[in-house]
Amino acid sequence: MTAAHLNQDAEGSRLGMWLFLFSELMLFGGLFIVYAVYLARYPADFAAAGHELNSWLGATNTVVLLTSSLLAAMAVSAVQMDKRRLAVALISGTLLCAAVFLCIKYVEWGAKFAHGLYPNASELSERPHGQILFFGLYFMITGLHAVHVLAGATLLAISLGLIGRGKITCHRYVFLENSALYWHLVDLIWIFIFPLFYLIV
Amino acid sequence: MSEQTHAEPITPFRVLVMVWVALLCATALTVWASTVNLGRLNVWLALSIAVLKSSLVLAVFMRLRQESPLFFRMFLVTVATLATFIGLLFFDVPFR
Amino acid sequence: MDKTTPKPSSAPSYLDAAHGWRSWLLTRDHKRIAMLYLTAISVFFVAGVTIGVAMRLELMAPGRTIMGPQTYNALFTLHGVIMIFLFIIPGIPAVFGNFVLPLQIGAEDVFFPRLNLFSWYLYMFGAVFALSTLFIGGLPDTGWTFYVPFSTTTKTNVTLATLAVFILGFSSIVTGLNFITTVHRLRRPGLGWMQLPLFTWSVYATAWVQVLATPVIGITLLLIIAERLFGIGLFDPAKGGDPILYQHLFWLYSHPAVYIMILPAMGVVSEVIPTFSRKRVFGYNAIVYSTLGIAVVGSLVWAHHMFTSGMSDTAVFVFSLLTFLVAVPSAVKVFNWVATLYKGSIDLSPPLLFALFFIYLFSFGGLGGLVLGAAGTNIHVHDTQFVVGHFHYVMFGGAGMAFFAALHYWFPKMFGRMYDIDSANWGAWILFIGFNLLYFPMQVLGLQGMPRRYYDYVPHFKRLNALSTIGSWILAVGLVILIYNLIHSILYGRKITQDPWIGTTLEWTTATPPPTENFPADAEKEQSAA
Repeated sequence: MTAAHLNQDAEGSRLGMWLFLFSELMLFGGLFIVYAVYLARYPADFAAAGHELNSWLGATNTVVLLTSSLLAAMAVSAVQMDKRRLAVALISGTLLCAAVFLCIKYVEWGAKFAHGLYPNASELSERPHGQILFFGLYFMITGLHAVHVLAGATLLAISLGLIGRGKITCHRYVFLENSALYWHLVDLIWIFIFPLFYLIV
Repeated sequence: MSEQTHAEPITPFRVLVMVWVALLCATALTVWASTVNLGRLNVWLALSIAVLKSSLVLAVFMRLRQESPLFFRMFLVTVATLATFIGLLFFDVPFR
Repeated sequence: MDKTTPKPSSAPSYLDAAHGWRSWLLTRDHKRIAMLYLTAISVFFVAGVTIGVAMRLELMAPGRTIMGPQTYNALFTLHGVIMIFLFIIPGIPAVFGNFVLPLQIGAEDVFFPRLNLFSWYLYMFGAVFALSTLFIGGLPDTGWTFYVPFSTTTKTNVTLATLAVFILGFSSIVTGLNFITTVHRLRRPGLGWMQLPLFTWSVYATAWVQVLATPVIGITLLLIIAERLFGIGLFDPAKGGDPILYQHLFWLYSHPAVYIMILPAMGVVSEVIPTFSRKRVFGYNAIVYSTLGIAVVGSLVWAHHMFTSGMSDTAVFVFSLLTFLVAVPSAVKVFNWVATLYKGSIDLSPPLLFALFFIYLFSFGGLGGLVLGAAGTNIHVHDTQFVVGHFHYVMFGGAGMAFFAALHYWFPKMFGRMYDIDSANWGAWILFIGFNLLYFPMQVLGLQGMPRRYYDYVPHFKRLNALSTIGSWILAVGLVILIYNLIHSILYGRKITQDPWIGTTLEWTTATPPPTENFPADAEKEQSAA
């Protein structure tokens, strides 16, 4: 976090970041609670609505995010090995993946809007209750997730700048570690969103 | 100035790539599993694979296995809290 | 514990270390940040009390007395939002947690000092947002619970208010994670977990509840905003949504939140009682475990707010049972406090007086809580003045009294000045008498069936309501005496450099008021040793 470079205890800084990640998990957890309740109540509607999501785009995005996570984890190792250029390249790759992810997300949302499948649309309102709720949740959770993608990408971009200015080195890299941790959280949540929304049967 | 010591282990690229491959396989598996109709079990199967995948991300990418056990215990507290919340909620939802 | 008198230190106190408003608004010193919180929280507290007195004035006689229904609805919402989100939740952790916790574990500061300041700015930002609804779009009239469907349909500016609470929650999370990290990483070497002062323990347990429960209300409020802006339908029965689920999500946080309010208060009492009984606390381990027990069990009882909501009877049964479990660790604490007092050498100074009021009022409120927690009797008193009375007994009588106990206990440490003991005692007693006169009639009124959240009532309830309003005046007089005494003492009080209470925890071993580095002598020693 912001004060990470002020004090010298890297493990403590990571602990602070993990605690923040726990609260993020509970934030998304609230939405998964809602999901669990409505899935239990409208299983058939959820399956029907889930089929309308493009599972190939979803799978592609899963691969993109998994790859971005790999690159972020490699970037930390690279910095530890004092390979700064490699680290810069890897983080840039992560950022590229983030951009690709958001573009695909944009296409997906655009397609749903084109079909009138967005909250309060008359087309959606005529559907069974479970489907309305499914799409409400879908937009809420993917929207919130996209915000987190942006936040994670911002942190990684800052890390990129800090490497360039020599503030992140093989002796002092906790800021990058924490940014990567945050990025992995984005991945972690997507790992659950993907099967629960795109593959629900 | 104290430094982050070199005692902090470096995860080799090889391990990271292996985990990535495993994650991709698990993704393929979960896509395939969704095509088999198991009824209610489908959700649980998908969730199990997701738990497996996230464990890999947590342990290797997020380096939980290298941190002090405290981190893992705290993580368990978080998961247990969420699970308890959902569990207790289901004293209401199906019985209404 | 070995007590040494603080060595005269050359380092200036944190109050004199720097001057000018920038040195305050850009500070990273946990003690100065505590002062920033104290200032803001005091202002909000006074505002909240003023609104409360105005509401009581409205209820003095049946019919319209000084305001109409819409104003009354807006005021009880504002009173709740201010008192809950701006006063009690941050009150003890943000003020005294910030000031005392690093001192009690022998640390120089919290682990993330800049984040700490950031958290205060978030708090102020959220507060400004919440209060700006006064001028933009109309004060919400939903009550602090923002229940759907009313909160998603009312014309008042619920969106802004819920956004404000979201920001305040974020501030609370950040403070919590800072404290947890601090306790884990910055304890003085050799200070083991089971040697931590009980106040530190309570703030630590609270911080966990803050980190894990607050996000749930964050997402719930985002859902309200999404419902109002986009109509996503998650709580809208017309679209298949479940309004009762909103209540679940709301109380998933807001019930643990009452433990965010009461646990640090219990921590304060656990510090004050041994100090003023000149005894070790009775059953240290039991208090620690009951603190953790309350944090855990307290997170499992949320649905006892919903017995009449139409949730399943199974849930009513389960949550009623779990609710009774919380009484166990709470009672363990009360037993330990009383056992500490037993055969102690009692010094009835203002902090102890407040702590004793806490025990009395909290236990009384707790007994009322058993009435409310039992599924059968709950139906009778649900949504009546009984709930209002109960809530104020445990929250104001509990957390509020402990806040005053903490203020009077650590005041000399914080300001290096002493307040007038007699005025404090007078103020405390008047507050206590006014308090009971204000809230006890509410409990009786509730049993007789007077509902809460109405600006009007049938004439039958006239006498007790008048009594309650008179109580609110007496309470206000007590508060004025207390606050005047403290402000006067900050400016003109007798200067002190010694610990006036003979406390045994680490914060009393450094200079009064502490220098910026907290323990400069030790830091020098460490440096020369290195």
